[in-house]
Amino acid sequence: MVQMTMAKALNEGLRAAMEHDPKVLLMGEDIGKLGGVFRVTDGLQKDFGEDRVFDTPLAESGIVGTAIGLAMRGYRPVCEIQFDGFVYPAYDQIVSQLAKMHARSRGLVKMPVVIRIPFGGGIGAVEHHSESPEAYFAHTAGLKVMACSNPVDAHTMIQQAIALDDPVIFFEPKRRYWEKAEVDPTTEPFPLEQARVVLPGDDLTLIAYGPMVKTCLDAASAAREEGRSLEVVDLRSLSPLDFPTVFASVRKTRRAVVVHEASSFVGLGAEVAARLSEELYFEMEAPVLRVTGYDVPYPASRVEEDFLPDLDRVLHAVDRSLAF
Amino acid sequence: MTPIATPLVQLLTPEGERVHHPDYDVDLTDEQYRDLYRDLVLVRRIDVEATALQRQGELGLWAALLGQEAAQVGSGRALMPQDFAFPTYREHGVAWCRDVDPVHLLSLFRGTSHGAWDPNDKRFALYTIVIGSQTLHATGYAMGVVKDGAVGDATTGEAVIAYFGDGASSQGDVNEAFVWASAYNAPIVFFCQNNQWGISTPTSTQSRIPLYKRAEGFGFPGVRVDGNDVLASYAVTRAALDHARTGQGPTLVEAFTYRMGAHTTSDDPTRYRLSSELEAWKLKDPLERMRSFLFKQQLADASYLEKVEAESDELAARIRKACLEMPDPPPSVMFDQVYAEMTPPLREQAAQFAAYHAGFTSEGAH
Repeated sequence: MVQMTMAKALNEGLRAAMEHDPKVLLMGEDIGKLGGVFRVTDGLQKDFGEDRVFDTPLAESGIVGTAIGLAMRGYRPVCEIQFDGFVYPAYDQIVSQLAKMHARSRGLVKMPVVIRIPFGGGIGAVEHHSESPEAYFAHTAGLKVMACSNPVDAHTMIQQAIALDDPVIFFEPKRRYWEKAEVDPTTEPFPLEQARVVLPGDDLTLIAYGPMVKTCLDAASAAREEGRSLEVVDLRSLSPLDFPTVFASVRKTRRAVVVHEASSFVGLGAEVAARLSEELYFEMEAPVLRVTGYDVPYPASRVEEDFLPDLDRVLHAVDRSLAF
Repeated sequence: MTPIATPLVQLLTPEGERVHHPDYDVDLTDEQYRDLYRDLVLVRRIDVEATALQRQGELGLWAALLGQEAAQVGSGRALMPQDFAFPTYREHGVAWCRDVDPVHLLSLFRGTSHGAWDPNDKRFALYTIVIGSQTLHATGYAMGVVKDGAVGDATTGEAVIAYFGDGASSQGDVNEAFVWASAYNAPIVFFCQNNQWGISTPTSTQSRIPLYKRAEGFGFPGVRVDGNDVLASYAVTRAALDHARTGQGPTLVEAFTYRMGAHTTSDDPTRYRLSSELEAWKLKDPLERMRSFLFKQQLADASYLEKVEAESDELAARIRKACLEMPDPPPSVMFDQVYAEMTPPLREQAAQFAAYHAGFTSEGAH
């Protein structure tokens, strides 16, 4: 059992995946000698060689497009997209090519490609470095979309994602890269595509993923001081989404608030709310509420704290829900 | 602008005269020459039949290769069995060379399947509709060939060929593929069929220099070949593939040809180009010149031509019959291969669909 940051946990997870399967390759911008701008691949090129950990030219469509070809050749490429806002040049390759290849080849061509994307805001970055593009990918059939929220999950989920024969968009909450936790590599991993109740409670369910899980846990401890027992569900897998776990929690608490950094309109929260209303219409005491980024371009960093959901906004929504 | 005199590799004049080139040559047996002619005829016949099937409502669409047979058969026959080809949606002639059943091409355009052949078995990827995307797949695949240590040997080394057109040459993906192939010295041939038109857009809108010259800026050789000359297309592609398989990196081949038909059966070229242009290119027809060559060299006689013609009619009849008999897939297959293993939400949706469908069936039974 070792204390490590999420960045280090991902690094260790990648290392384990590479040791486990010689077909695993890491590719992306500045991931070799530099170790990636967040140092997630630190030291891996030195240990596994330039054939398996390689820097690419600076063009995201090229990264994903060639990863598709490498997968066709039998490799398991793990691509790093340097920042969330830089993934869009690769959009055609991801949604039209990567996502559809298995279906259009009737399962004859597997696409074990993982695309790692540091996502979300809160680090005072310049524009295009703080976005939450997960809904675009969750909307696309053929992709799996994951978001880790803590070092323990980061360590296991990246290995599980690499082992899948389907393409995975793997979101890493960049503002949590430096959060530490005890990581025990010998622990039995939690199933990749399952949501997890990270804090049990009775009065209301907070549903979150990625960076907002910690925000929700903080909100739940603040609420506890006011005598409110909040349950927190970490979705972990955004596609497929583990509705049974969400339904079980809300069936118990009868109230739900979905929290994400991405804009609300047609976001993950809308899907969760719609499904909850289809499934638990008569059992819920309040409509599903959402706490999200606003429907605006990600703002300049001096005002990002006003854009991002925080503890107070979460508690405000909790109050509104409980007032129904 | 003054037209730039552009060198064009040619081994067969439009009149079917065998000419020589200092860098490229073929030394085929009589039978191989005849086989190339046979390929051209059969491929054109497939194309003509498919166009007719579309006109009769049996295909939703067809992208004709009329006029491009030599570029495709020449390059397709230059491939060694271990090579891998990445086509656009018009490479019916290359598909033929890779032993893909033409009926499987029809299924895409009839709408029964997005990909009916096994790309791994045929070493021929599925058709790619989005212009240029496949050039990156080909480059990545070629990078994998290098990682596998499968380059270097002139007979067992593997090479990759990426097909695209003059229109796609403007795409970012094609240019990125050039950058990647160059950076990793990938064993790949970029085979651009410049058929002069991207639907209604002439090549002059895509480039102010001959396309093959783009290669120089990316750091690898480029060559323009007469794409209506099957021998030159074969020779140039074979040389470029050998260059790749022996570890010397990428080549851009620009096959200078002409799309004699419409872009697809939905297109009307009379709106944007002069019939005189088509008439001029008809004089360079790839089949005619190969037939003249065979006659001039006394490699074939009228009875041989009749035999090939009869074979092409049989082939056309076979694919027509297979097309008409092609069953629609059961609708539930749309759920089957979205993921390697069906996800729980999709399983639920598939079950809802099945129940909904079954409702109609049982009503119908009353």
